[in-house]
Amino acid sequence: MSQHAETLIDHEMLFRKPEYTDMFENKQKNFEYKHPRDRIIEIQEWTKTREYQEKNFAREALTVNPAKACQPLGAVFAAVGFRNTLPFVHGSQGCVAYYRSHFSRHFKEPTSCVSSSMTEDAAVFGGLNNMIDGLANAYALYKPEMIAVSTTCMAEVIGDDLDGFIKNAKMKGSVPQDFDVPFAHTPAFVGSHITGYDNALRGIIQHFWEKCDARTPVPGKINFIGGFYGFTTGNLREVKRLLGIMGADYTILGDTSDIWDTPTDGEYRMYDGGTTKEEVRGAYHAEATISFQQFCTEKTLKYIESKGQEVVALNHPVGVTGTDQFLMEVSRLTGKAIPEQLLKERGRLVDAIADSQAMLHGKKFALYGDPDLMLGLTAFLLELGAEPTTVLSTNGDDSWAAKVQALFDASPFGKNCKVYPKKDMWHLRSLLFTEPVDYLIGNTHGKYLERDCGVPLIRLGFPIFDRHHYHRFPIWGYEGGLRVLVMILDEMFERLDQSTIITAKTDISYDIVR
Amino acid sequence: MSTPLRQIAFYGKGGIGKSTTSQNTLAALAEMGQKILIVGCDPKADSTRLILHAKAQDTVLSLAAEAGSVEDLELEDVMKVGYRDIRCVESGGPEPGVGCAGRGVITSINFLEENGAYDGVDYVSYDVLGDVVCGGFAMPIRENKAQEIYIVMSGEMMAMYAANNISKGILKYANSGGVRLGGLVCNERQTDKELELAEALAKKLGTQLIHFVPRDNIVQHAELRRMTVLEYDPRSKQADEYRQLAKKIHANAGKGVIPTPITMEELEDLLMEFGIMKKEDESIIGKAAVAA
Repeated sequence: MSQHAETLIDHEMLFRKPEYTDMFENKQKNFEYKHPRDRIIEIQEWTKTREYQEKNFAREALTVNPAKACQPLGAVFAAVGFRNTLPFVHGSQGCVAYYRSHFSRHFKEPTSCVSSSMTEDAAVFGGLNNMIDGLANAYALYKPEMIAVSTTCMAEVIGDDLDGFIKNAKMKGSVPQDFDVPFAHTPAFVGSHITGYDNALRGIIQHFWEKCDARTPVPGKINFIGGFYGFTTGNLREVKRLLGIMGADYTILGDTSDIWDTPTDGEYRMYDGGTTKEEVRGAYHAEATISFQQFCTEKTLKYIESKGQEVVALNHPVGVTGTDQFLMEVSRLTGKAIPEQLLKERGRLVDAIADSQAMLHGKKFALYGDPDLMLGLTAFLLELGAEPTTVLSTNGDDSWAAKVQALFDASPFGKNCKVYPKKDMWHLRSLLFTEPVDYLIGNTHGKYLERDCGVPLIRLGFPIFDRHHYHRFPIWGYEGGLRVLVMILDEMFERLDQSTIITAKTDISYDIVR
Repeated sequence: MSTPLRQIAFYGKGGIGKSTTSQNTLAALAEMGQKILIVGCDPKADSTRLILHAKAQDTVLSLAAEAGSVEDLELEDVMKVGYRDIRCVESGGPEPGVGCAGRGVITSINFLEENGAYDGVDYVSYDVLGDVVCGGFAMPIRENKAQEIYIVMSGEMMAMYAANNISKGILKYANSGGVRLGGLVCNERQTDKELELAEALAKKLGTQLIHFVPRDNIVQHAELRRMTVLEYDPRSKQADEYRQLAKKIHANAGKGVIPTPITMEELEDLLMEFGIMKKEDESIIGKAAVAA
C-alpha cells in the first residue's frame, strides 16, 4: 500500500490493486450486510420503470439533487464583478468556505471572500459585534475599495438587520463613514443562487444610485448585465468585443471577465478588473439596460426601470437567432448599425451549422440547469433541427415553463418536447429511462446520470468541476454559438467512435471521415 | 403623489390590550378618512379580528406553507378588507414550541413590501407580540419601516418593565436609523396611582403619555361581538376616548423621540416612590412562610 514519490499510482488505478479490492470485499462481507446482489439489481431495474416514475413525480416533501445552489453564492459572484470589491458574507465560516471552494473547483482560481465568523454566541446575542469586528478586520487586512455584504441562513433566521448593523459599525469606526458598504439580505433558504445574484446586484446599484442627483440621460448609452453564469470570463470578453465592434457607449454592471483567469506573472491579484464606482454612477444616466438573463435580474431590472431607464430582458440568447436578437436590441438602443464584420461572423456560424446538419437533425436532447440558460439552449437546439425533448429546471417556475413551451410551439422540432419546472435531478433520472434521449446537457453533477442512464453528457452548465478552463471560452455571440456547436458535435463523434471501435466486430464503421 | 406613508407600530407586554387598543384606535383613524393597513405580527393571529369580525384570519405563513413557498402567494390571498375598508394581514407563525416566529415576521413583511401591499394607504400599523424578544420581532422598527412606536402599558410592574425593555430595543435601532418612540398608551387596569405612575415612567423614558385609556366594560361587550367600540357603539364615551387617541397619534407625526431607558433599580425606585413597592427588607428575602 505504501507508495514511492517516483512511482506514484493515481487513484484511478490504485484502488484496483488486490490489497484494496480484497479489503473492499472483506468490508462488504463482514460489516455492510447488504441486500443480496439479485435484490439490488431488481430494485435498480425497478427505478427505470414508468411505475417508479409515477411514484417519483408524486414526491411532495422531498428534493433529491436539486440543480441549484443557494443565494449567497450568487451574491458573491455579483460582488466580485466590481473593482477592488471584497465580498463579505455575514454568517458562519463554513458557509463561506463552501462558496470559495465551489468557485475554485469550477474556475481553478481562488475567489476572495470573507465571513463574519458567526458562532454560537452570535446566534444567541445577534451578530452585531461580528459585523463591527469583521468589517474592521476586512478593511485593515485586505484594503478593498468597497465591501459588499450578504447573509447566510443563520443571520437571516435570527433577524440580523444589515442596514442598522453597518451603520452601527461605521459609528464604531470599523470603516470610515464614507466607505462604501452596499448590502443585500440573501437568505439561503429562499430561491437559488440567481436570486442572490439579483439581490446583491440590486443592493450595489441602489447603494450608488440613491445618492445620485437628477438623471440626465445620455443618448445611446446602455448598460449590460450578464447574470450568473459559469462561463463568465469568456462570455463577457466576447460581449465587450461585440459592443466594441458596434461602437456602443456601454457599461457592464458586474464585470466578472478578469477575476477568474488572472495571469501568472509573479503578481498575486486579490482583485482584478470589475466595474468601477464611477462607472456604476455613470450607468445611472444610461438610456437603457440590457439584461442577458431575465431570471437572474428580476428585482434589479424593476429597480432600474423605476429610475426611468428602458430595460430589455433577454433569456440567455445563444446561436444565430439569439445573437441576432441581442445585436438588434443593441443597435436599436444605441442607434448604431450592425457592421459588416458581424454579418460575416454570423454567416460563418450559419455555414458551420449547415455543414454539420446531417449529424444534428432530429437528435434528442435532455437539458437541465438555470432558467435562462435553458431558454437559450432550447432555442439554439431547435434552430439546429435537434429536439430538446426534456427541458428541466429546479429554480425555473411556471412562468419560465410557459416561455419554454412557447419556444416548442414555434418550431416543428418542438412537437414532442416537454418542459419540467421546479423538478430535480432525480426526476430527470426517471425521465432519462422512460423518455430516452441521445444526449444530456448540464453541469458536472450530470455525470452520475451519464453513468446510470448511459446518456453522454455535454457540459454546458454551472458548476463544471471535472473539465478545465471551459469558463475561458465564450458561448455567447456568433463565435460562442460556434463553440456550443463544436462541443455538441465533438460529443457526437466521440460517441460514434466509441461504439465502432471494436476490431473485427464494429469497426466497419470506424471511419476516418465523419 | 399622496401624503407620505405613515408607518407606526404597537408594542407592549402580552395580554395588556395591545390588539384591542390598536384596532379601536385605527378604526377611529379610519373614521377620520385615513386609509389603513394592519399588519399583525403575532403567531396567534388575533390582531385583526375586531376589524374583520372573524375568529382568526388565514395568515401569510400558513398559506405559504400550504402553497409551497411565499413566492407562490398573491397579495389577494392574504389581504382581507374589514370595517371602513381597513386592509388586514396576519403574518402568523408556528405552533407554540416549534420553529421561529421571528423569521416569519421578516418573511411576511418582505412579501407585503414586494407585492405592493403598501401602495395607496396612508397608514401601515404593525401589531407586535410582547417584548422585542429577537431580531425578527424588531423587523417593524428597522430602517424604512415604522417611524414611531407606541407602547401599550398599564400601572403594573411587569407592564412597565416590558415598556422599558421595548424602549431598549428601539434605542438600538434609533441611533443608526429613523425609528422613534411615539409615546406610551396607558390602558387602565385600575391599579394605584396609575396615571401618575404612567406619566412618571413616560418622563423617565424621555417621552410622553400620549393617552390614558380608561377602563370601560363596553370594550368587552364589543369584543364579544368581534367588533371595535367604534363600530359597536360609536356614540359611547369610550369611542370618544379612542378618537382622542387617534387624533393625538395623527398629530404626533415626526414628534417621536429617541428613548432613554432606565435600569431595573431606577424602575424599582420609581415604583417605591409611588408606594407601589415597599422598600426592600433584606431580612425576608429567600425565607419561606414557615421559617418567617
